[in-house]
Amino acid sequence: MIESVTIMGGHGRSGRPEAVQQIDLKMGNVVSIVGPTGSGKTTLINDIELLANANTPTGRRILINGCVPPSEYRYDPAKNPIALITQHTNFLSDLPVRKFLETHARIRDKRDQSTDGLIERVISFANQLTGEPINLESRMTELSGGQTRALLIADATIICDTPIVLLDEVENAGIHRTRALQLLREHKKIFLFVTHDPRIVLLSDFRIVMREGSITDVLHTDQEEQKLSEGVSKLDDSLCLLREKLRWGQRLIANDLEVFA
Amino acid sequence: MKLAIVAGPATTGKTSVIRHVIRKLKSNEKKAAFLKIDVQYAEEDIELAEEFGIPTRKIYSGELCPDHCNVMVLGDALEWAEEQGSDVLIVETAGLCLRCSPYVEDVLGIVVLEATSGMNLPLKVGPILSLSDIAVVTKIDRVSQAEREVFRARIQDVAPKVLIREVNALYGIGIDPLVEEILESADVEGQLYLRGNPPVGTCTICVGKKEVGWQSHFGVVRSLENQNFYRGQ
Repeated sequence: MIESVTIMGGHGRSGRPEAVQQIDLKMGNVVSIVGPTGSGKTTLINDIELLANANTPTGRRILINGCVPPSEYRYDPAKNPIALITQHTNFLSDLPVRKFLETHARIRDKRDQSTDGLIERVISFANQLTGEPINLESRMTELSGGQTRALLIADATIICDTPIVLLDEVENAGIHRTRALQLLREHKKIFLFVTHDPRIVLLSDFRIVMREGSITDVLHTDQEEQKLSEGVSKLDDSLCLLREKLRWGQRLIANDLEVFA
Repeated sequence: MKLAIVAGPATTGKTSVIRHVIRKLKSNEKKAAFLKIDVQYAEEDIELAEEFGIPTRKIYSGELCPDHCNVMVLGDALEWAEEQGSDVLIVETAGLCLRCSPYVEDVLGIVVLEATSGMNLPLKVGPILSLSDIAVVTKIDRVSQAEREVFRARIQDVAPKVLIREVNALYGIGIDPLVEEILESADVEGQLYLRGNPPVGTCTICVGKKEVGWQSHFGVVRSLENQNFYRGQ
């Protein structure tokens, strides 16, 4: 049973040790990673996914339940406790979607569940996030950027179904982000979001702040921010509504911006 | 002395992987020597000699198949590396026609494949993968985790016993297990034998039998119904 993940600090690009030398993530935690572009956010989640042991350029170490994780976590996908949803918006895989998901379910060792059932759940999850539904017989390379990311999120949640989920800028996916958050949070896991999205940040228990390749601070969402979170969500819902209306070829009216009414 | 033979299609990052292996060997105070076998052009020997100050050589196979060339020169290369006082000889060779492998019995055979090359690649490269000991998968940062894992599954389907190690050859992440395998491998000694069966060189058609139909031939024959997956042995 995985109960915690610990990030042991390494060094930033300058070679100086990181200001924060230890971060503990407990089961059920939702954590954001924030910082300007190029500050090392993606590198941090890659370190976690690679289960870095002072063998990546940052020198960080990742502990699971306080110990160095066994190498089988990295070399046997069936035992890997981490799902990583990267920013990739296209697949290089020349397989049909069904075959790809079947193969992934097999190597993640989900043989106790019916493969057809799993695939159906993945597709129905993914299709709640995309505009145009994904066809199981399509080639992976034919999917749009949004469909690709929706499928990756659904695959990570249903097929990987791991206790630790890392998401890289899920808001850029051109998908129903709010719905994605709702669906994801139905599962008790450790979530790490690399994000620029105020809504996601304020829904997190705490945020890791990054600059120049280094972890510079850890900020817990305080009471004032928690209060603000409600307003931010409303604002965001309004913007999402406008986006949807425009997307479906509708006109906007003054009342659409209820928050300011 | 240890010997490791590194093969794989062009541009998969064989030399990048070897560069990190040599660096790690050096930090373990092991002396590496390097031989590059290529058809008509290579400069990895010069680069690696400059970068690490180790003995390196290259040979152009020219009209020979590089794997054929490997069989011819490997004995000499081992003597040369011994004379240089090396602990490990790393041979890098391009696999071209994919009908045989350059690996030697009881010597570590490493194939380098790239995660970006498409899911059918493991099924296409034949003995260079199926007769290897370790399949190193490079360019893992270019694909999603899901694709990386499905690529692993596709390799396992073809070569169930091969150890698969994903690496980032840009930063040298994941190289340690390769170095460990090399250092734990047996020392080379005695007569070496090529692993797997060589592909047919001279056949009944080459020697002038023009009759159509496998019934008229002998040696390596194949009927339309006989479509076994080619594993090189």
